[in-house]
Amino acid sequence: MKLVVTFSRKAGKKPIIAQVVRDTGILINVERAMIDSSEGEALIDIPDESCTLVKERLADLGASVRILEAGIFLDESECVDCGACITICPQEVFWFDDDWKLQMDESKCVLCGRCIEICPHRALSQKSES
Amino acid sequence: MHKSIGEINRKIHDGSVRVVTAEEMPFIVEELGEEGALKEVDVVTTGTFGAMCSSGAFLNFGHADPPIRMERVWLNDVEAYGGIAAVDAYIGATQKSTTLEDEYGGAHVIEDFITGKSVEMRAISRGTDCYPRRTITTELLLENLNEAIMCNPRNGYQRYNAASNSTDRTLHTYMGMLLPNRGNITYSGSGLLNPISNDPQFRMIGSGVPIFLGGTAGMIVGQGTQHSPASGFGTLMVTGDMKAMSGDYIRAATMTGYGVTLYVGLGVPIPITDLDMVRRTAVRDEDIEVDIIDYGVPQRSRPTLGRVNYAELKSGSIEIGGEEIRTSSLSSFRRARQVAEELKHWIEGGKMEMMLPTRPIDPVKSAQPMRETVQGPRVLDIMDTRVVSIMETEEIATAAKKLLKGETNHLPVLDSDGKLVGIVTTYDISKAVVNPTKGSRVMDIMKRKVVTTVADEAVDIAVQKLERHNISALPVVDQERQVIGMLTAMNLGKLFGGRWLK
Repeated sequence: MKLVVTFSRKAGKKPIIAQVVRDTGILINVERAMIDSSEGEALIDIPDESCTLVKERLADLGASVRILEAGIFLDESECVDCGACITICPQEVFWFDDDWKLQMDESKCVLCGRCIEICPHRALSQKSES
Repeated sequence: MHKSIGEINRKIHDGSVRVVTAEEMPFIVEELGEEGALKEVDVVTTGTFGAMCSSGAFLNFGHADPPIRMERVWLNDVEAYGGIAAVDAYIGATQKSTTLEDEYGGAHVIEDFITGKSVEMRAISRGTDCYPRRTITTELLLENLNEAIMCNPRNGYQRYNAASNSTDRTLHTYMGMLLPNRGNITYSGSGLLNPISNDPQFRMIGSGVPIFLGGTAGMIVGQGTQHSPASGFGTLMVTGDMKAMSGDYIRAATMTGYGVTLYVGLGVPIPITDLDMVRRTAVRDEDIEVDIIDYGVPQRSRPTLGRVNYAELKSGSIEIGGEEIRTSSLSSFRRARQVAEELKHWIEGGKMEMMLPTRPIDPVKSAQPMRETVQGPRVLDIMDTRVVSIMETEEIATAAKKLLKGETNHLPVLDSDGKLVGIVTTYDISKAVVNPTKGSRVMDIMKRKVVTTVADEAVDIAVQKLERHNISALPVVDQERQVIGMLTAMNLGKLFGGRWLK
């Protein structure tokens, strides 16, 4: 399960993700992070069963946490199954099935945006989070 | 045994024709043998669906009242070539919009017309006695045009070299996004379904032969431009009525960082008249080889990283030097199959007859590179040969003096053999003065990763290096890494007003 963790760094540079790993013993995989002097946002991947625990601990440490629901949207009317997205995806979200039709596993996506940028047919976009 | 075209056409008419796709053919030959396959199969259909930049269409708009001799023409802000009579224009697929740039181009105009969208046409003229009108703006649908004839100078490449990138930065090319350090391999083409690969001697492929183009029946005009079958890179010039085409088989695209292109669905039916055609159409992906080209080298003759066949490319990964590299296509094999299947149904249904070429295509021609009579500027033409350098063991203060005296901002740093090992700039010296803890010698503060150029490199390539690394000088090195010159932003001024602007 993927969580988006946002935190302010005004209160100091607390290593909150490391803190949660140490406190809970749950291994957190940071898949994408953007941290500047005042705030940060990290996309983390954790085992589904530890979701509540990790969310609570992060919240205790002052971060706001939400489950990542947005993913990549494939517009089938634009896609021609060319495959340009397959090897440039760092998460191996896309592949061809036996009929050379493009398949995707959205749950692997970390929203790096690379496929959206390069899709020759502009068939990929980011789903808006509702 | 020999089958005539007439015999095959009679079978098409009475509905007994046996048509298979080029994907099915190898299995049939394996099962029935060559003689058996010749008896069984009458036509093999091919198909490809991929980016074909060299595409476009002739459009005739009809005359306006008062009439105009359109000199420059824009369709949805994409300029079409208007230098053909009064109300004709050629819209080229890769021409980009003046307003939307790479996100919209000639290919999109073509797709919009085909899918029934309205396109704004603007034209200007100086006005003549017979064509007094000077400007026109109008909204047009495809049905409003007298003719819309797709005519693609170079389609259906026999095969296409695969692409990779050995540099440490991401490249955006017409072969898609190429990840650094050979992070991926991209390829294009349908392999065993490719038209020319099923008739490399051009016995059945030539002028006048009916084809599938963009969802309708088109025709081969003849050999395509840059036709180079001697090295396995034959091409076709094709034409078809855009008014009958389908958005399923004509699709506009943008290769990010490169530009607009058109995905075209193209298929050629190949009549099986004798054993030679049976053997040719039994071609498999394993038989069609291409090079993997390193697009990291900005020259016409780029180095190759290896040779592979389409079966390997289609497998999803290739091993090069013990390293597993993922492969992915830019063309659609799924749609290529659909082209071949649809063409098969047309022939089975009696919608298309076979025809021998009215004029053959040269099967052994070789395309030539451009003849260049004026060589563009090279680094040696404008570089500064008075090189002020410093040894890595010298004091920072000495470097500062040299910079001042040499009236330069960059000092190449040499080791005891005189080889380039680093560079210091006035900025590095200033930093060392403000923050003197790092050491007192040049080697303590120099940058060791130096971007360099060589004397015979094109200035355009050197300028790309300056821009990409956001620097203002490049040491020019020889094969021994001796510094023989410096190319600075200041030297580039020599390009203006000099003989290079003639």
